[in-house]
Amino acid sequence: MNEISADSFDINEYLRLELFPHFLCPGCGHGMAMRAMLWAVAELGIDKDNLAIVSGIGCSGRMGAYVDANTFHVTHGRPLAFATGLKLARPDLTVIVITGDGDSLAIGGNHLIHACRRNLDITCLMLNNEIYGMTGGQVSPTTTLTRFTTTTPYGNYEPAFDACRLAEAAGASFVGREATLQVPTLKNLIREGIEHKGFSFLEVISDCTEIYGRKNALGNSPEMVLSQKSKMRPESYGGLMSNKVDQPFRPNPFQTGVLARNERQEYGELCRRHIAAKQQAE
Amino acid sequence: MSKQRLQNIPGNHACALGAVAAGCRFYAGYPITPSSEVAERMSAELPKVGGMFVQMEDEIASMGAVIGASMGGVKAMTATSGPGFSLKQENLGYAAQAEIPCVIINVMRGGPSTGMPTRPAQGDIMQARWGTHGDHPIIVVAPDSVAEIYSETIRAFALSERLRVPVVVLYDEVVGHLIETVDLQPAPEEQLASRKWAEGPREGFLPYRADADMVPPFPRPGDGFRTHTTGLTHDENGFPTQAHERVEAVIGRLLGKLDRHKELIESYEAVGCEDAEVIVTAIGISARAAKKAVATARKNGIKAGLFRPITLWPFPEEAFRKLSAGASAVVVPEMNAGQLALELERFAPGKVSALTRYDGEHIDPSQILKRIEEVLS
Repeated sequence: MNEISADSFDINEYLRLELFPHFLCPGCGHGMAMRAMLWAVAELGIDKDNLAIVSGIGCSGRMGAYVDANTFHVTHGRPLAFATGLKLARPDLTVIVITGDGDSLAIGGNHLIHACRRNLDITCLMLNNEIYGMTGGQVSPTTTLTRFTTTTPYGNYEPAFDACRLAEAAGASFVGREATLQVPTLKNLIREGIEHKGFSFLEVISDCTEIYGRKNALGNSPEMVLSQKSKMRPESYGGLMSNKVDQPFRPNPFQTGVLARNERQEYGELCRRHIAAKQQAE
Repeated sequence: MSKQRLQNIPGNHACALGAVAAGCRFYAGYPITPSSEVAERMSAELPKVGGMFVQMEDEIASMGAVIGASMGGVKAMTATSGPGFSLKQENLGYAAQAEIPCVIINVMRGGPSTGMPTRPAQGDIMQARWGTHGDHPIIVVAPDSVAEIYSETIRAFALSERLRVPVVVLYDEVVGHLIETVDLQPAPEEQLASRKWAEGPREGFLPYRADADMVPPFPRPGDGFRTHTTGLTHDENGFPTQAHERVEAVIGRLLGKLDRHKELIESYEAVGCEDAEVIVTAIGISARAAKKAVATARKNGIKAGLFRPITLWPFPEEAFRKLSAGASAVVVPEMNAGQLALELERFAPGKVSALTRYDGEHIDPSQILKRIEEVLS
């Protein structure tokens, strides 16, 4: 693995430039997440031919199309289900799932917890912008309390999931969170997640400036990104057992960094060992 | 013939063995009566041949994982029953739109909703054709015996791979749990081929540009094509388009694909139709009863015939029109409120007599014989 400096990393090598300009709104955080992801891919020297990006529906889901790799834009909430089939069938591919807070925690919540439980070697990048941006700005399972959305016109009264705690409790063997504020830090986390043999769940705090930001008067794009800083507490919370927070809801400020990690058996290897044992017995 | 090739097994086991014989090496499923034996047998058989079995968290995930495995280039299948079939419909539409080969087994039970899980029905005839939203191509085959479940499962893989279209193997609980002798012969050579793989220059490759046969070659991930696959309406380059003139062309090909290969797809059984005054048309266990009723009618001097679509969708329309032209009546016994009868009414207007039953019991040959006599009197 080679460290690549921010200046010498050429993102264009990993993009389908013919599709630009991209369709994300000005100020959207997802582009920074994409840069961090591709930077990590470059540092790991992953061959684009063997890279598979599986994404669901929503703003996060449309990002895969811009990556010059094997890209699969599947149904809403199901990228982890598709990726499970793909990775089991093709262990030679590096499989990265790009999903959003609605895609993975609402409609796809069941697939997320079972992907965590199985521990197949997939890296799941969950871009959390607290909103259904693609459909025009409805409340999501991570929308902060009291915030306005098109379906919470008087303010949100539902508690927000802490996706990382959820993933850890469900058995994810690598859990981490970073924000788009610090792309190199995010890149390092994603790199570690890809390197980890097993299911990695990575939450990326991203900003929806045009819809969520505007509706809640959260400031312009740079202001929103900078405000992430006041919300972050870059330390590990030491895993569930020692955790003082006894609810699966996101605290504010939220912890960042590698939040949980264990080296339990990877699912694909378990499957292949099971098959090999049976074939030997035959 | 080796002794092992001839086996007395239930239809659901024959399905699993047919899939393995066809080269299926990935199965994802979720338990549901009355199809669970397909999953159980697959979990026992696949490891022996190096294949992957995974029981997923739900029906939707099973369908997703099957498509995911097939995207990776592996022949893949799932099995389910009514409620699960409903849950799979969105992803099934994805497979039709993105042209990902896959085989779905639907063992029909009583509905609607949870209905009668352990009782047979044939109420998914229309769901199998129109279950997912939007116009889409789909092939449905409807075996009526354990032996035919074996051979049609093999053919389902052949059609799915050849045409890059989802194929449903549709049969009722009776046939699924029926124990009969089946000859587990190897899959015919011509039905073993995988999809046509993309070759040639990677630069400028268009993943959805079809060959003259209207089927585009499949770019295998890892082979350097680095293509995009989406459920959005897409152009030949694989990327989304909403330009109406392009949409018409690409969806037109999708829908026309099966027409072009009608001869390959269509399959039916016709017995004594040439001189028949009355034709009985049915699938699955109702067709088994119809066969018996037609034979008895013939013995009694009634000119009766049987037309049994083995490929249910697209329906073998021309053959049916031709064979039923001389008949004065078409009796359609089916374990639903008249789904197939309604379709046949289009091809034999005014002649169709639906014999329906939806109480969880199969239709008896004597009921069909009685109806044959009634329509002729």
